Amino acid sequence: MKSWLTTTDHKRIGLLYFWTAFGFFLIGGLEAMIIRAQLIKPDGGLGVSAETFNQLFTMHGTTMVFLALMPLSAAFFNFMIPLQIGARDVAFPRLNAFSYWVFLLGGLFLNVSFIAGPLFGADNLSVAPDAGWFGYANLTERQFSPGPNVDFWLLGLQILGIASLAAGFNFIVTILNMRAPGMRMLRLPPFTWMTLITQFLVITAFPVITVALVLLMFDRFFDTHFFVPQGGGDPILWQHLFWMFGHPEVYILILPAMGIVSEVLPTFSKKPLFGYTVVVYSGVVIAFLGWSVWSHHMFSTGLGPIADSVFAGTTMLIAIPTGVKIFNWIGTLWGGQIRFTSSMLFAIGFIAMFIIGGLSGVSHASAPSDLQQTDTYYVVAHIHYVLFGGTILGLFSGMYYWWPKMTGRMLSESLGKVHFWLTMIGMNLAFFPMHFSGLLGMPRRIYTYSSDLGVTSFNQVSTIGAFLIGLATLVFAWNLLRTRWQPVNAPNNPWGGSTLEWAIPSPPPVYNFTVIPTVESRMPLWQTERHAPMAPLPERPPAAIHVPGGSWWPLITAIGLPILAIAAISRTLPLVFLGVAIVIVGIYRWAYEPFEM
Amino acid sequence: MRGPVYFHAVPLALLVVVLLLTACGGAPHPQSTLAPQADFSTELFGLYKNVFWWAVGVFVIVEALLLIAIARYRARPGARDPKPVHGHTVLEIGWTLAPALILVFIAVPTMRSIFDTAGHAPEGALRVQVIGHQWWWEYRYPTLNISAYNELHLPVRTAIQVEMTSADVIHSFWVPRLGGKRDLIQGRTNRIAFSADSAGEFWGQCAEFCGASHANMRLRVVVQSDSAFQRWVDQQRVAPATPAKGSAAEAGLQVYRRSSCIACHTIAGISQGKVGPDLSHVGGRATIAGALFPNTPEILQRWIMNAPAMKPGALMTPQTLPPQDLDALIAYLQSLK
Repeated sequence: MKSWLTTTDHKRIGLLYFWTAFGFFLIGGLEAMIIRAQLIKPDGGLGVSAETFNQLFTMHGTTMVFLALMPLSAAFFNFMIPLQIGARDVAFPRLNAFSYWVFLLGGLFLNVSFIAGPLFGADNLSVAPDAGWFGYANLTERQFSPGPNVDFWLLGLQILGIASLAAGFNFIVTILNMRAPGMRMLRLPPFTWMTLITQFLVITAFPVITVALVLLMFDRFFDTHFFVPQGGGDPILWQHLFWMFGHPEVYILILPAMGIVSEVLPTFSKKPLFGYTVVVYSGVVIAFLGWSVWSHHMFSTGLGPIADSVFAGTTMLIAIPTGVKIFNWIGTLWGGQIRFTSSMLFAIGFIAMFIIGGLSGVSHASAPSDLQQTDTYYVVAHIHYVLFGGTILGLFSGMYYWWPKMTGRMLSESLGKVHFWLTMIGMNLAFFPMHFSGLLGMPRRIYTYSSDLGVTSFNQVSTIGAFLIGLATLVFAWNLLRTRWQPVNAPNNPWGGSTLEWAIPSPPPVYNFTVIPTVESRMPLWQTERHAPMAPLPERPPAAIHVPGGSWWPLITAIGLPILAIAAISRTLPLVFLGVAIVIVGIYRWAYEPFEM
Repeated sequence: MRGPVYFHAVPLALLVVVLLLTACGGAPHPQSTLAPQADFSTELFGLYKNVFWWAVGVFVIVEALLLIAIARYRARPGARDPKPVHGHTVLEIGWTLAPALILVFIAVPTMRSIFDTAGHAPEGALRVQVIGHQWWWEYRYPTLNISAYNELHLPVRTAIQVEMTSADVIHSFWVPRLGGKRDLIQGRTNRIAFSADSAGEFWGQCAEFCGASHANMRLRVVVQSDSAFQRWVDQQRVAPATPAKGSAAEAGLQVYRRSSCIACHTIAGISQGKVGPDLSHVGGRATIAGALFPNTPEILQRWIMNAPAMKPGALMTPQTLPPQDLDALIAYLQSLK
């Protein structure tokens, strides 16, 4: 127990990220299923109240984005990046632990709002955030949202932002500085490349939302008027700041999954990634363009024809590098020897579903057309084809691919296939009909709809699909747990992968590599035209290996942050001093800690 | 392997999509974006169809390539290792240019539409101001000097200049069969312009999340012939009906005068509350509570007794009136045609 609380081992932190994020993924999924259950009937549904429904969709979005998908990617960053680049750990192991603890505490702080009502004298048990994951001002101002709900949201997201920023800098430094000899930038595995690009997006996007959240916090706590029109403020400013973060965030969510798919397809096709450099550069181009499209979320706010044209144009441009990636993936499959493992099925499913999400996105890029689709179920369909059909299928592909490496245990392939088919059928039943609900005039974020709209049957199919996804996820959870009591041990390289993580035992020893390998090709474990496969590493390290010891200070420093948030939300001055003291002492002791334990 | 089985279903699913899309345009979908009845909505639908068919073409080609790849290149026992192809420059250039070219065919009409639908009606258009409230709609006709609530009346085949703003949070005015949505933002004025092609009742609702009863912020647009519209305008201009002596409505007026209704509602010449909608002509409306319920005595009674139970977050506090007072009040409100 102590060794887990003080761990600075990137592999253990990766597992902590995985299990925590998977837990939040189940919570977010449960919220989605209550939402879908309510919408199975029109005119009042199953009786979920408007207030509860608004909390559920707010927390579903917030949870899935910040507490499930980003940290599930982070689990793979943590576990895999040092292994893929031939390093013993990340650049800043204690900062890495700090990121995890901040993420965990921030997630708990947000979710405690579901049962914190009595503490605030509220009528209901739950005072969960209820103004949408996008928290549009001026609805989020104290005047219109007087309760603690929005406070939980804006404080929770500030805490989580610290975790993301710390991890972002950590991984950039790790990837740039910790590469094994010979691991040139254009020899990096594609997943490492996409991780690097993602982290640059994180460190540029998260400061923007942090600024927005701080301004909103000032409005709510200190009566400033940044987003209050009567006070000279502007609610549209919030939308600009939020989406300057929010659109890069979409690529923060999808690029790691694209990286996973770019690893899985070559391994199970027995062919190198087609157009490696083009796949890498198109990732860079997507990230750059990702900074210049934010206002396509705001076409209905009346930006004027010039701005609409510019943002429609930049948004359409993104389709090009995205299309290039898809063609290169198909080029990788073409002429290969394809093995349909669970991991490969999810990777192929990713391509098939992401195409749909990408194409429906073009109708949003066309600004006037978007005036009919934005804020309807058509957008809900679009984002779920991108974030479920894309990100989640990609992450599942990564889980089947890397689980043996992470735990030393093989997952069941037959359960994996059941999981895959249930997920595919479920997601298409859930999300495809939403295109029709939207086109037929059903707005999103409504707890009930009129039976006269003629969208009831589409909603019923969506609900059935959502429950199938829930069932599929239970099959997956069972598959994970099964590896604990019916273990099948994994060899070093169960799939015949080409990258360095497959050169070492499963699970890897604490020091990762007995000897840091010297890299001579992009696929060190594969025979290529010019290079023989890398020689196996020695069984035992030839000399003593220095690994960082454990530390309490990342955890202790992290505890200071939710205390500050509690101080703000409960308006308790002494807690402010306590929180600040813990953070300062924590950082001080951390800085002067003897590195060897 | 079973891999390809699913993907055979994809073209089939596409066929269903197309069939459904063509079938969904009919009458039972009062908020359909696929059955436009105004110049604005027709232009948007044309643009959507353009994007849709390009997308269908790309979808078929790319998914077919994916299908062919996984069907043709399944691992076979004993097969030789595949050729380690690293890439192909001409292919890369080709599949960079092809989507770029398609996007030109989408971008050009998009840009043209953006300027066409920027919201400026021709000279002499009928001006209508839309003001969003949590959770109901106020309409003002500055040139006609009248106003309306939740139900917007418009003349057919007449250019309409809609000017929008909000009294509180951001809302979005959306009547899908007439045009695209546009946000209502406090301190700003947004515009759309359109001209309805046919008379009839068109449904809409708020499209920007605006708090507890966002789902219940609905609206109707009644597009009428010029003469019918003129009759409606004339009716709005006359002062609220004064009930006949001794009638139930007359008693209702007295109830109204001493109730808390007057703090929030206006009835011209009687009360001047500004929090809720003006009731001067409430009896002439087909619906109440943000086009949420039909305007019948039974529903009006339930509404007055406990509005928040019918519309979460509604500001109107539950009223406790003796039954005979309530009946009289409803008779009065219904008389205000």
